[in-house]
Amino acid sequence: MSHTIMVVDDDVDFLTQMTLQLEASGYRVVAVDTAKAARELLEKQRPDLLLVDLMLEEPDAGFSLCYHVKRTDPAIPVIMVTAVSSATGISFEAETDEERAWIKADSLLAKPVRFEQLEREMQRLLKDQQ
Amino acid sequence: METLHVLVVDDEPGMRYAVLRALRPFKVHLPEIEGEARFEVEEAESGEQALARIAEQPPDIMLLDHKMGGMTGVEVLNELRRQERDILTIMITAFATLETAVRATKSGAFDFIAKPFTPEELKDAVRKASGHLVNQRQARKLAAEKRRVRFEFISVLGHELKTPLAAIEGYLNMIQSRALGEQVADYDQAVDRCLLRAEGMRKLIRDLLDITRMESGQKRRELQRVDVQESAASALDTVRPLAEERRITLDLQAPGPVSMTADADEIQIILNNLLSNAVKYNREAGCVDVRLGGDDQRVTIAVTDTGIGLAPNEAARLFNDFVRIKNDKTHDIPGSGLGLSLVKKLAVMYGGDVAVSSQPDVGSTFTVILQRDFRPPAMHDGTQRTANLAAHD
Repeated sequence: MSHTIMVVDDDVDFLTQMTLQLEASGYRVVAVDTAKAARELLEKQRPDLLLVDLMLEEPDAGFSLCYHVKRTDPAIPVIMVTAVSSATGISFEAETDEERAWIKADSLLAKPVRFEQLEREMQRLLKDQQ
Repeated sequence: METLHVLVVDDEPGMRYAVLRALRPFKVHLPEIEGEARFEVEEAESGEQALARIAEQPPDIMLLDHKMGGMTGVEVLNELRRQERDILTIMITAFATLETAVRATKSGAFDFIAKPFTPEELKDAVRKASGHLVNQRQARKLAAEKRRVRFEFISVLGHELKTPLAAIEGYLNMIQSRALGEQVADYDQAVDRCLLRAEGMRKLIRDLLDITRMESGQKRRELQRVDVQESAASALDTVRPLAEERRITLDLQAPGPVSMTADADEIQIILNNLLSNAVKYNREAGCVDVRLGGDDQRVTIAVTDTGIGLAPNEAARLFNDFVRIKNDKTHDIPGSGLGLSLVKKLAVMYGGDVAVSSQPDVGSTFTVILQRDFRPPAMHDGTQRTANLAAHD
């Protein structure tokens, strides 16, 4: 049975490209463009993995979405992707355990995401699941 | 109350004592920081001792005698300069050595007082130095703040350019690896998206250049009588092809020529941005109404569209740098997130403002108010400005 991935990103092109690539690799994809929409959908369905961008309708909406997921259903693996490195002065390199503890995601990837890397990361997290 | 540290360097104990006695109860009022400063005086009896003191704890102001047993005052100044230490110095020198004072000033002394001096002369010099010191610190703080704002702006700008570039690269990779299957139409769609994102980047760069030019003071502002009605007509001509493509009606109403004192390019930027938004965010077969008006003092430009409108929380942040309202109604519309912030900056510069009233799915009205005969300040006068890309520092 194929896994369902929920992709949350406010950039419609990123969503399109992710959907096409993930579907080509045999995943089912649910694509949403706001954290709000993601939350609403999560009440009705449970994806096998969440792929979230940090900057959504609010600069840190991805953050709070991850937090929300990890509180309500901690077993769902979450990958956070972000192009934010030095933008808006937020440095986003979670290097220490303490920094990682703040980010409620299982994995952190920088945009542009290399698809092979993403897929490896997804497979690792999905395998841990079973 | 601020405490300024004064180091008095003189080999005559009597002179040091005189300074101590004059400055201890002394307070200066500093209008620059709307406050007062008092003084704490420390002493050094030679240039060598002074340098040691300074290495430990640099004072705010130094009173420095020239003719001393070991190092001379000018030698102390030269040594400090070599160490790249900047200490506000008042030279103490005898009348006979006015030439020394001039040399000291060249070596970086701020001021000098001649021996013998009265307590009042000393206080005057210290008052002047304190004012200078506070001004200098304020200016440094302002420059640091400017650099921070500029850094932030450029960081966000980098992000705003990287995002569409990543989208374009993503599509190109897919096209290259034929990842979209056999249907040519699917590839056309990817190409269309690339073009749209590239257009957004182009608009961003154009707005950026407008902002930079406006804030740098590089371009001389040419103030002249501008007929806003003509500017509006010209902006309408610019957006007409796009409007016709989407069957949007354009209408301009003005009581006749609407003249004001302004730089014609800047008024054009305001109108171009408002009208291009009114068309871009409109619905198919909608309309755009431009109404010009005002009174003796002010010109008002109101642009109404029949577009997607805004929620109140969106309207509140719309005029900030890089704010784009992202939702399923806007993702096919290229934009930079700088257009309206530019309009706002210009409106404020002309002693006015911009406001929006809006209803989701009904439309929005943007109203710009400008002073008819307002003279915008020259741009290099240090007035507060955000995102000053061309800060001279």
